[in-house]
Amino acid sequence: MAVIIEQPDAPRSRKGAQWEKRAWIFMRISGVFLIFLIIGHLLVNLVLPERGVKAIDFAFVAGKWASPFWQVYDGLILWLALIHGTNGMRTLVNDYTERVWLRKALNTTLWVTAGLLILLGTLVITTFDPCIDPNVHTYLPDLVCKG
Amino acid sequence: MAKLPAGTLYRGKLGMWSWVLHRITGVGIYFFLLVHILDTALVRVSAEAYNSVVASYKTDIIGVAEIGLVGAILFHGFNGIRIMLIDFWRKGAKYQNVMFWIVLVIWAVLMAGFIPRQLMHIFGA
Repeated sequence: MAVIIEQPDAPRSRKGAQWEKRAWIFMRISGVFLIFLIIGHLLVNLVLPERGVKAIDFAFVAGKWASPFWQVYDGLILWLALIHGTNGMRTLVNDYTERVWLRKALNTTLWVTAGLLILLGTLVITTFDPCIDPNVHTYLPDLVCKG
Repeated sequence: MAKLPAGTLYRGKLGMWSWVLHRITGVGIYFFLLVHILDTALVRVSAEAYNSVVASYKTDIIGVAEIGLVGAILFHGFNGIRIMLIDFWRKGAKYQNVMFWIVLVIWAVLMAGFIPRQLMHIFGA
């Protein structure tokens, strides 16, 4: 199949050109935020705690998400990283697939996956309930659980 | 005889390899992100479910693999800054080669800090 390469200086009338530009801008803006968010994420979860990754368990997450700050922080990483990553994967799919049906199938899979995981992750962060752990009062003694 | 071209921003030499590395690290981070969202979602199921899955992140092999993950993230992030400087800074394209080496130096310094810390966490008492 012939691949049509447009003249680089041709006026952008094609539908989707604006979208492509916005995606390009989004990659850069989200990239800047992600550098700070993820270096912070690595420091707080892997580097600074005395036991590093070995300190991570349900109680660790419950302690962090007791604060709206970390809920928003992790929610921001979830949305920005997943859209940034999905758009990056879309770039690769567009570069390396030639068959149109395959490209469309892969790109659809990417965005459906992103949509489902953003929905899942957002629900997990916003509806998180530390009380599902019967031992919750050993690490959150002041927490009041219903029932 | 005409000299061979010295390579452009993305074709040949360092510019191209930085681009290749940016893609490979990006794909790796993407697939880790998918797994990481799913494992974290287990906090909504039960403490035992989450704890038992997160325990795999604390094993020797995965603990060492996390060094690779952090290395990929740091390279992708700092090379991303380099890409933005090429895009937006007037002299960015001119200095893209030098900036690649600066990215590698920053990366090496941060990894020199992270690797012993991680090994201590994984293999330390």
